[in-house]
Amino acid sequence: MINIFEANETNEMIENENLDVRTITMGISLLDCVDSNLDRLNHKIYDKITTMARNLVSTGEEIEAEFGIPIVNKRISVTPIALVGGAACKTPEDFVTIAQTLDRAAHDVHVNFLGGYSALVSKGMTKADELLIRSIPMAMAKTELVCSSVNVGSTKTGINMDAVKLMGEIINSTAAATKENDCLGCAKLVVFCNAPDDNPFMAGAFHGVTEADAIINVGVSGPGVVKHALEKVRGESFEVLCETIKKTAFKVTRVGQLVAQEASRRLGVPFGIIDLSLAPTPAIGDSVSDILEEIGVESTGAPGTTAALALLNDQVKKGGVMASSYVGGLSGAFIPVSEDQGMINAVNRGSLCIEKLEAMTCVCSVGLDMIAIPGDTRSTTISGIIADEMAIGMINQKTTAVRLIPAIGKKEGDVLEFGGLLGSAPIMPVSRFGCDAFVNRPGRIPAPVHSFKN
Amino acid sequence: MKKTIITVTGRDTVGIIAKVCNYLAENNVNIEDISQTILQGYFHMMMITDTSGSDKTTADLSRDLDEIGESIGVKIHCQREDIFDMMHRI
Repeated sequence: MINIFEANETNEMIENENLDVRTITMGISLLDCVDSNLDRLNHKIYDKITTMARNLVSTGEEIEAEFGIPIVNKRISVTPIALVGGAACKTPEDFVTIAQTLDRAAHDVHVNFLGGYSALVSKGMTKADELLIRSIPMAMAKTELVCSSVNVGSTKTGINMDAVKLMGEIINSTAAATKENDCLGCAKLVVFCNAPDDNPFMAGAFHGVTEADAIINVGVSGPGVVKHALEKVRGESFEVLCETIKKTAFKVTRVGQLVAQEASRRLGVPFGIIDLSLAPTPAIGDSVSDILEEIGVESTGAPGTTAALALLNDQVKKGGVMASSYVGGLSGAFIPVSEDQGMINAVNRGSLCIEKLEAMTCVCSVGLDMIAIPGDTRSTTISGIIADEMAIGMINQKTTAVRLIPAIGKKEGDVLEFGGLLGSAPIMPVSRFGCDAFVNRPGRIPAPVHSFKN
Repeated sequence: MKKTIITVTGRDTVGIIAKVCNYLAENNVNIEDISQTILQGYFHMMMITDTSGSDKTTADLSRDLDEIGESIGVKIHCQREDIFDMMHRI
């Protein structure tokens, strides 16, 4: 029988330490909507999403009320649109009509975001892939809830450098197309290497082609809970530190597992995975950076940060894996800058730079995330940053991603304000040395060998 | 049997248990166990209840109890037992 102290501990986590279920994401396959007529395609997409997800938000709210646990976001991910729209779309503008249909469907079922305006081009681009990528700036400007992602590399295929070059240009054009809105379009656009098919988190969520017709994926969170637990073991050994993180991650994940099972049962949609990531928010006390500082670095970015993050990431997985039958997605710790007040403070103090963030991405999920850079950064430089991050993912057989926001008309030291979960981003300096000759080479970087590891 | 856990936290005052119990009796909710303690100067009470006889859903009970809590200046949570079991029992 549960005792009063256990009940109290759970409620304390929810009320004071920001424990929540970050998202219930319903993955919906749109492959059966494919049609060569654009109007028919748009109709079918709208109908399928609004039918499958009509009870998603109300079910989420019921579960919140019954279990007393906040479920912050209800979201949808769909099959990469480049695959769905290929037969009907002949121009980037045609693809934009699909983005608008997705946006309308997302508004009508009241979800927070819809992901899957995506193309998978890790080895090569079809005509449809290229049209979709070229439509991204306009699609991001004309929609509110649609998120876009492009997978440009993988451990098995290498890195498609033509796509990397193109994405540098697309990121700059997306920023320009949404500059009245603090370049918000780029906050909804992510470039991946080794993108997972079952990621419930935005902006990178899409419903992979290996998935069933519909699926429920859940992302749990709780950096505040881990930070609070670690406050009680200051000065203790690494063994005690690791045990504490593991136990906390276990408890947090169990709640996610319960919510996932309930949501899946009530919606009549199979349960896919729990994503174990520690996902910060701009709320005070809900920060991954604060955990690193609690572990013992003076300010995030100081020497020791990468090791502390590696330890944290691994213990979160070890605790979480036992708590859930199916773990997937990205699973680890996220280190977005704008969405984490501790990271923003570290940038403002001068302890954290893009190069250190790049090193940190080698040991955690997912990558250079929500980083504002000066608006006059050249497209080739952005492509160079993407290529570096993709190389880390390709060689280390892990997912990496880049979500950069060129702040048009602003420079180092200024701030972009997105509000809500996206937070605010101090503009970080980028190396003034170029890489044009490297990025302008056509073709792709070959897949790496999988032996001779060192 | 659907079990829910009702927790009450706040400054101690006259009639907290009476208010909650009256509401539960009106809605045909059976109280199986009550424990209470003072933690860090605050009154904490936990009830284990069986709601299978009640016409109201756990979500409705939770909303009503939340309002009752507000009216007497304490926090009342009503949650399905599963969330505590999942977190604290293997």
